[in-house]
Amino acid sequence: MSWFARLKSRLSKSSGKIHRGLVSFVTGGVLDEAGRQELEDTLIAADFGVTQAAALSLAVAKRHRGQDVSPETLTQSLRDVLTDTLSVHARPLVVPAVSGPAVFFLVGVNGNGKTTSAGKLAAYFQGLGVRVALVAADTFRAAAVDQLRVWAQRAGVPLYEGKDKQDPASLVYESYARAKAEGIQLMLVDTAGRLHTKQDLMESLGKMVRVMKKQDDTAPHEVILVLDATTGQAAHTQAKLFKDHAGITGLIVTKLDGTARGGVVVALSSDYALPVFMIGVGESLEDLQPFDPKEYAEALI
Amino acid sequence: MFESLSTRMTGIFRSLRGRGVLREEDLDQVLRDIRIALLEADVSLPLARSFLAQVKADAVGQNLINSLSPDQLIVKIVHDHLITLLGQQGYTLNVDKQKPAVVVFAGLQGSGKTTGAAKIAHFLKTKGQKNVLLASTDIYRPAAREQLAILGQQAGVDTLPIIEGEAPLAIVKRALQAAMAYDVLGIDTAGRLHVDDGLMEELQSIVALSKPAEIVLVMDAMTGQDALGVAEAFAKAVPLTSLMLSRMDSDARGGAALSLRAATGCPIAFLGTGEKITDLTPFFPDRLAGRILGMGDVVSLVEKAQSVVSEKEARDMEKKLRRGQFDFNDMLSQMRQMRNMGSIGSLLGMIPGLGQLKEQMNTEEANQKMRQTEAIICAMTPKERRDPKLLNASRKIRIAKGSGRSVQDVNVLLKQHLQMSQMMKSLGRMNKHQLRQMGRSLGFPKG
Ligand SMILES: Nc1nc2c(ncn2[C@@H]2O[C@H](COP(=O)(O)OP(=O)(O)OP(=O)(O)O)[C@@H](O)[C@H]2O)c(=O)[nH]1
Ligand SMILES: [Mg+2]
Repeated sequence: MSWFARLKSRLSKSSGKIHRGLVSFVTGGVLDEAGRQELEDTLIAADFGVTQAAALSLAVAKRHRGQDVSPETLTQSLRDVLTDTLSVHARPLVVPAVSGPAVFFLVGVNGNGKTTSAGKLAAYFQGLGVRVALVAADTFRAAAVDQLRVWAQRAGVPLYEGKDKQDPASLVYESYARAKAEGIQLMLVDTAGRLHTKQDLMESLGKMVRVMKKQDDTAPHEVILVLDATTGQAAHTQAKLFKDHAGITGLIVTKLDGTARGGVVVALSSDYALPVFMIGVGESLEDLQPFDPKEYAEALI
Repeated sequence: MFESLSTRMTGIFRSLRGRGVLREEDLDQVLRDIRIALLEADVSLPLARSFLAQVKADAVGQNLINSLSPDQLIVKIVHDHLITLLGQQGYTLNVDKQKPAVVVFAGLQGSGKTTGAAKIAHFLKTKGQKNVLLASTDIYRPAAREQLAILGQQAGVDTLPIIEGEAPLAIVKRALQAAMAYDVLGIDTAGRLHVDDGLMEELQSIVALSKPAEIVLVMDAMTGQDALGVAEAFAKAVPLTSLMLSRMDSDARGGAALSLRAATGCPIAFLGTGEKITDLTPFFPDRLAGRILGMGDVVSLVEKAQSVVSEKEARDMEKKLRRGQFDFNDMLSQMRQMRNMGSIGSLLGMIPGLGQLKEQMNTEEANQKMRQTEAIICAMTPKERRDPKLLNASRKIRIAKGSGRSVQDVNVLLKQHLQMSQMMKSLGRMNKHQLRQMGRSLGFPKG
């Protein structure tokens, strides 16, 4: 099964809902204000948020003002509008050509799937022939290093770990030199989960990111916010504060294999100019797939 | 949101004064605003709809002649409804009747079960004098059992020794055996998707085997619209008895709590408020209602303030202000009161609308400034504190030396004090009405 088919089948529950909804929005062939509001509500129920849902539904309504419209056309319109919005900042996650190792950070709140995504990403790039190392920079949470070690074994890549309770910034610093010496092309840094509202923890993350610049002023090459698809509107401040402190450059959305739609990423992408790089659709090594706006829109609606 | 809500409402309702009863048309705009507030707080759409219908039904035809203004009335109706939906406070886990009493923790991946289990074990041990054993049946997530073992150590409770390759049900059997000598057995389960039939069946078998006294559904406070469906599915699979909402130390407004309540009918037993083992707080429906509406946790703040400032102190201060007297002693005692209430950061976090500010401002720096100021005031003689005009150049040098700051720092403080006392003087001339207006513009609810 292609990932698209898989995503589609996994998103199918809501897909049905939105599609069925679209049929009922059109009364007598036109999308009236009541229909538009229902469309808006459907998007709200997928975590798009009030503002984004209003904007998208208005964009769809504008396309068909005063015209006869079939549910199919409406479906297509909504998909188009969604695809367009997500495409503005879309770009694939690739390892840049740099002289030393490329450095990607995975950051985010607790329990959203950073470590799992780090393991899956390692396997993904390893599969593309990139020499990868995982860096266990979560020196805080209980058994976090053990967890990443298992993923490193699964992916077949080396794990760089620090001494007990080592300052993560110094571990990251040392790891870079080691990666360079060992001919590593991509260094994936798993960081400790932290709430965006914890000033001190956010500052130490900023420090960890800045320390890279001393080794290579183009590093880190990506700082990826891992976002759990079940997250609601609190994702807005997550994105804002992780951008302010750590300069995030894109998103990975995890747990899309549940019933959550992750609609909030649409607003995040446009508000903070962030591409969605990858999506997590399960707990196995291969359950991480490149994100495609069009396919996401089709799977969702 | 709430601030704009209440100002908008005031505008809408001004025209209604003296009209007698609330009418349906008058309410629509207000209800639209409340709807937005609820949805942005992640209250699920179907719940928001039925909630608004209920509020409307209650509000229409209400008499306006009593002492409440229309906006106060509608806020009260909304607030009261929320509190009713959020349910009781002070639920205590039912762990006294059986021995061992089994508590099962269930929820989605990453929802905070393992940390929650350790926190509750610590709570039962310290507050309830219970002997607790913890066991993890999470054989799927790498190092999950090691994590619980470490957290158990931090909580000062025993954990079931790990046997590699043991299946979840076998772990439960062994845990039940081992727990004979304990009051409570806490069983941590693997995070699972509610649509994963295999794992949901596994959860059912764990429950069937362990016959728990409590099944706690743990959910992340930041969960969005999905919360309702997830909670419904868990409630359908196993007889849940209580709820825990984790990561309440985030800025999430926590509308997911309403979904949990609606789907399960279970009481919310605990809130998780941090990464430490002691970061567990009881649940108060009124506080969460305020938070969902975007009012911030005003109640907690007020309580904190009350616990450190006595009535009399407050009255004395007000008198001084009105007379335009505000010396360094007053400044010192104010600063200390503030410090007693917690760090500036934690205070700002509790005030509605100021959470953002907390992010923008360097609160550590502010705390440090406050300590420096305190040092300077402490280096003054009592006489100097009462009469800042005494401070000439040589006295300033002495104070600077005594506090380890520079003379310039002392000058800055003097200037600040002067500005403050001028401001206080003008405050003292304000009447009650103006003061209240100012409070409101600062984001405090009317009082
Ligand atoms: N179903 C599903 N589960 C996932 C996915 N990604 C991660 N998980 C699960 O979510 C849970 C938490 O994932 P972790 O990778 O430990 O999250 P983390 O962000 O590293 O957590 P902390 O380091 O504790 O902050 C684990 O049980 C993972 O198996 C996904 O795409 N789908
Ligand atoms: Mg992790």
